[in-house]
Amino acid sequence: METLYSVTVGILTACSVFLILRGRSFPVVVGITMLSYAVNLFLFSTGRLTIDGAPIYGTQETYADPLPQALVLTAIVIGFAMTAYSIILAVRTRGELGTDEVNQQDNSTEGNR
Amino acid sequence: MWQQHLAILPILVPLLAALLQLMPWGDRPQPKRRAIGLLASLLTLVLSIALMVQVNQDQMLVYALGNWSAPFGIVLMVDKLSALMMLVTAVLALPVLIYGCYAEDNLGSHFQALFQFQVMGIMGAFATGDIFNLFVFFEVLLISSYALLMHGGGKFRLRTTLHYVLLNLLGSALFLIGIGTLYGVTGTLNMADLATQVQQLSGDQAALAKAGGMMLLIVFGIKAAILPLHFWLPQAYSTTTGVVAALFAIMTKVGVYAIVRVYTLIFGPEANELALIAHDWLWVMGLITMLAGAIGILAARDLRLLVAYLVVISIGTLIATYSLNGTETTGAMLYYLIHSTFITGALFLLADLIAFERGKTASRIVSGKKMAHHSTYSVMFLIAAIAIIGLPPLSGFVGKLMIMEAATPNGATFWLWGAMLGATLIMIISVTRAGSKMLWHTLSGKANEQSAPLGKLSAVAILLSLSVAMTIFANPIRNYTDGVAEQLYDIEQYPSRVLTKGVE
Repeated sequence: METLYSVTVGILTACSVFLILRGRSFPVVVGITMLSYAVNLFLFSTGRLTIDGAPIYGTQETYADPLPQALVLTAIVIGFAMTAYSIILAVRTRGELGTDEVNQQDNSTEGNR
Repeated sequence: MWQQHLAILPILVPLLAALLQLMPWGDRPQPKRRAIGLLASLLTLVLSIALMVQVNQDQMLVYALGNWSAPFGIVLMVDKLSALMMLVTAVLALPVLIYGCYAEDNLGSHFQALFQFQVMGIMGAFATGDIFNLFVFFEVLLISSYALLMHGGGKFRLRTTLHYVLLNLLGSALFLIGIGTLYGVTGTLNMADLATQVQQLSGDQAALAKAGGMMLLIVFGIKAAILPLHFWLPQAYSTTTGVVAALFAIMTKVGVYAIVRVYTLIFGPEANELALIAHDWLWVMGLITMLAGAIGILAARDLRLLVAYLVVISIGTLIATYSLNGTETTGAMLYYLIHSTFITGALFLLADLIAFERGKTASRIVSGKKMAHHSTYSVMFLIAAIAIIGLPPLSGFVGKLMIMEAATPNGATFWLWGAMLGATLIMIISVTRAGSKMLWHTLSGKANEQSAPLGKLSAVAILLSLSVAMTIFANPIRNYTDGVAEQLYDIEQYPSRVLTKGVE
């Protein structure tokens, strides 16, 4: 199980890094979203993977660490808001600048910026 | 009664103020929102002073949220360093907000509330004693900064905000991975507890914790704008409105604070196998950051861009000085940190004023028409320039002198002195060039008509006078920062104070 889990996290991360290095804002946003999935999975595993364990100490032989679950929940909420914001921002940028190239240099009005 | 909650009040006051400001306040909400904001900022300032006095008495305030004892619940841990940084934030925020209240807040919606949220996030980041809580407060201050950076709108702000947001989202993801790794190895998130746990690690576990720790360095490096991660800063700071840039003068210091906290307390000199994992990197990167900033100011053709690169130089100085890892150098560094926060705040506001009154030439470093308050700005610019460059007699000189003096016994003299003096020389050249081009060689003819309100000028004057005050009271301030540094390096007291605090 650990192998499968870590391979999943690894592939997600690798794909997201590839996407983040693209030059257009849409793939970058998708890449960041993917990275946040990978991070959430990773965080979840930091309490070690347990099967059939309640997150309550003392009730069973095996128990799951509840803290990473709380952390993941926080991370999901924050990540969700951030993703929404960055998508809106990317769409606005696309609308106002007419391109979704992240780094296009335009020397029109602001000169030496 | 209220004293026992003192540690959390500087976080709660801005939060409540922001929520109040978000209420519908009738047809003309702005005056009421401004009143709430100013009142809250004043109250935060008073509370920060009270907090500092209290911390001086008790050494450290530990506030267990919900009364859950330390390694299990989240605690706020306000030591002298936190109290100092919170006071600096409050002192900077008030004049910047006064400046913002002169119609700057009408450029976009909810500036006032976002400002308070921003202050809340910064205060929280300084106060917390839990590394995941640090992440949460980082997000709070980042979310408000995303919106503030956009304040006023416009194409260029959109693009730089997009860069800033994407970069910081990546930073947040790395932060979580770093925290997760540390938690996986040590089983705790409390910083003081982490310090004790990390000391006992060895072998594979130590290597894993090291990976997590270095990941955090990247995150804090993005926030503080250390060399390979500084490219967002000049663009972001120079395209946004002056008032936001001035508030952001403290933002890079949040990164510096996080570095100082984590790499002294958790991966500090007493962490056995993991002792000082970041310091070699910080040393080299700090020096190169100074160099990069110096190249930047030479190339800058815009006053705001120039000031942004001056921020980069000061960050390099702070980081390189911190990496020398001694109480004396850290004490000197903290003095310089306070100075550079106030003076860059003042410079961003001043650049904004100059850009406004010059009209068409704005803040570009070219000759332009005379301004309505030409001589006042010239004097202010002179004072600010002397302070930021580090010429005698103002606080920049005192700060640099302290750093160099403290660095002497460490054998790092050659590189640090060379980098600092070289950067200073380049600063003299560039800042003088900017000043003489913009303020001296004015075009003949009538002065521009636009005139900024005096209240805005007074905000700049307050920040500049802080630099003068820091020069006059250099000795008491230095004594205090030395005390801060001594406490910071007395690592053993942290677990004993934080972890014993529990349910009574």
